[in-house]
Amino acid sequence: MKKSKSFWVFLILSALTFGVIQFLMNTGIIDDLYSNMIILMAINIMLAVSLHLVIGITGQFSIGHAGFLAVGAYVSAIVTMKLGLPFFVAILAAGIVAALAGLLVGIPTLRLRGDYLAIATLGFAEIIRIVFLNIDYVGGAAGMQVNRLTTWTWAFVCLFITILVIVNFTNSRHGRAAISIRENEIAADAMGINTTYYKVAAFALGSFFAGVAGALQAHNFYIIQPTNFGFLKSFDILIYVVLGGLGSISGSVIAAVFLTIISTYLQDYPETRMIIYSLVLVIVMLYRPKGLMGTKEITDLFKRKGGNNHDK
Amino acid sequence: MEWLQQLVNGISLGSIYALIALGYTMVYGIIKLINFAHGDVFMVGAFIGFYAITGWGLGFFPALIISMVACALFGVLIERIAYKRLRNATRIAALITAIGVSLLIEYGVIYIRGAQLETYPSVLPTKTFDVFGAQISSKSLLILGVSVGLMLILQFIVHKTKTGKAMRAVSHDMDAARLMGINVDRTISATFAIGSALAGAAGVIFGAYYTKIEPLMGVIPGLKAFVAAVLGGIGIIPGAMVGGLLLGVVETIVSAMGYSLWRDAAAFIILILILIFKPAGIFGKNTKEKV
Repeated sequence: MKKSKSFWVFLILSALTFGVIQFLMNTGIIDDLYSNMIILMAINIMLAVSLHLVIGITGQFSIGHAGFLAVGAYVSAIVTMKLGLPFFVAILAAGIVAALAGLLVGIPTLRLRGDYLAIATLGFAEIIRIVFLNIDYVGGAAGMQVNRLTTWTWAFVCLFITILVIVNFTNSRHGRAAISIRENEIAADAMGINTTYYKVAAFALGSFFAGVAGALQAHNFYIIQPTNFGFLKSFDILIYVVLGGLGSISGSVIAAVFLTIISTYLQDYPETRMIIYSLVLVIVMLYRPKGLMGTKEITDLFKRKGGNNHDK
Repeated sequence: MEWLQQLVNGISLGSIYALIALGYTMVYGIIKLINFAHGDVFMVGAFIGFYAITGWGLGFFPALIISMVACALFGVLIERIAYKRLRNATRIAALITAIGVSLLIEYGVIYIRGAQLETYPSVLPTKTFDVFGAQISSKSLLILGVSVGLMLILQFIVHKTKTGKAMRAVSHDMDAARLMGINVDRTISATFAIGSALAGAAGVIFGAYYTKIEPLMGVIPGLKAFVAAVLGGIGIIPGAMVGGLLLGVVETIVSAMGYSLWRDAAAFIILILILIFKPAGIFGKNTKEKV
């Protein structure tokens, strides 16, 4: 009962957000610069939330998320530009191929832990980038021209589905299994949880949504190049999750929104942007290693009154 | 005799990787931290050497020593400011801090002096020797000589001096070492100083050999040096040397076979294969995991 109520609240709030922003865009109150920023924000939130599933919920420290973003971007670009299929098919194909890539990367590497996993995922992301750099079919280093197809509606629908699926995954039996792996993998294993299965499943699901975000990103700019998907992009996504709080989906969303705004304003000063990013990263880790929100959610603020926290 | 020449090229490249990998492996051995900023210390070393040569008109060896001293201080500074508070933090927090420090150094240098390339002046004699039909430049030989010399000095420090003994003790068991009266903080700082000095030396050598330096040059060699450290068995000093040399040779072979664009991928493929099949590295022993 309670759960379905919060679902309806979420649905109404998101419909309202969508309607208001769409109205403001149509009437021209939000100009092109800002509507572009809002679409970028939606893409970044999707990336943050999908990495949150891997790092925040399952506790697997992956720093190669840009690799799956690249897979999604290139696959979707091939589907629309080379095969001439509709955008919807491209988004779906991007997600599926990225999830397959996630499986392919996840099955061998998720046996590793901590630092080694981080380096292995970074290595895989680099390999993915170098592979695209060497395929002439997708333009090699020069990149690939893509039509602009991403609209606010597409971005919003994808974002909505991403958040819905990941929140429901987290609150399900699978999500609790994943959280138990984060807390203590050996103990979770001893309790009969198939840790490999859940780790790979969370990784593939995260990769799926990163691929979808890649499709949106590819069709938001006019060109995609392998250099857009280097490890700096992975670190960008990592910063959203870390700053927001490892294990807090609302924290990731807030951090993604906030940092997208900052980076839009600092677009002309990329060095300053990176210095601010890195300082924020170091200071947050030194003084508040759990991130801004810790593992708390913004909805917890409203729950406390009833004192009903057992469904967390 | 093409292959002999490629082998020499590979060993020269590998000795640079080995020098960087030594710093990684020493720091990892002692505080279990992948010091992502290590590749950037390498970059800073290259720039200090560059300014010492062009600004003060010094030769190769004085510049090398100045760069090593400056990098040692820089490494200790990084450790004292950023990593010291993280001794008891989670591994993820430490790793993220290291990434943050690395980005801060890279973009700090870009902010101060811009992102443009710099060309190293030629400070090394350029003679070529004809050995069994292969053209071997005096540059490669000198670089190899300097690297081997530094590694021998490192071996001496680690095995024959009191600081080295303390380093080995702390990396074996930090708490027990502290109980035995070893100043753990100072030992860790010494490790950072030695590792960073080697990275600084590698920076100057890289500049003198490959001539082009820029603020983001440390990223890829840093990652590859880490691959070399893992390849040899992380935390094991001879492992880092062998791993570095092996990686340099493999990369040169891949390039020589005409796949130069795949060179960077080769390193990461080696990394992943090693992590999957023998995560302890060539020289490592397998350890059982305990609760």
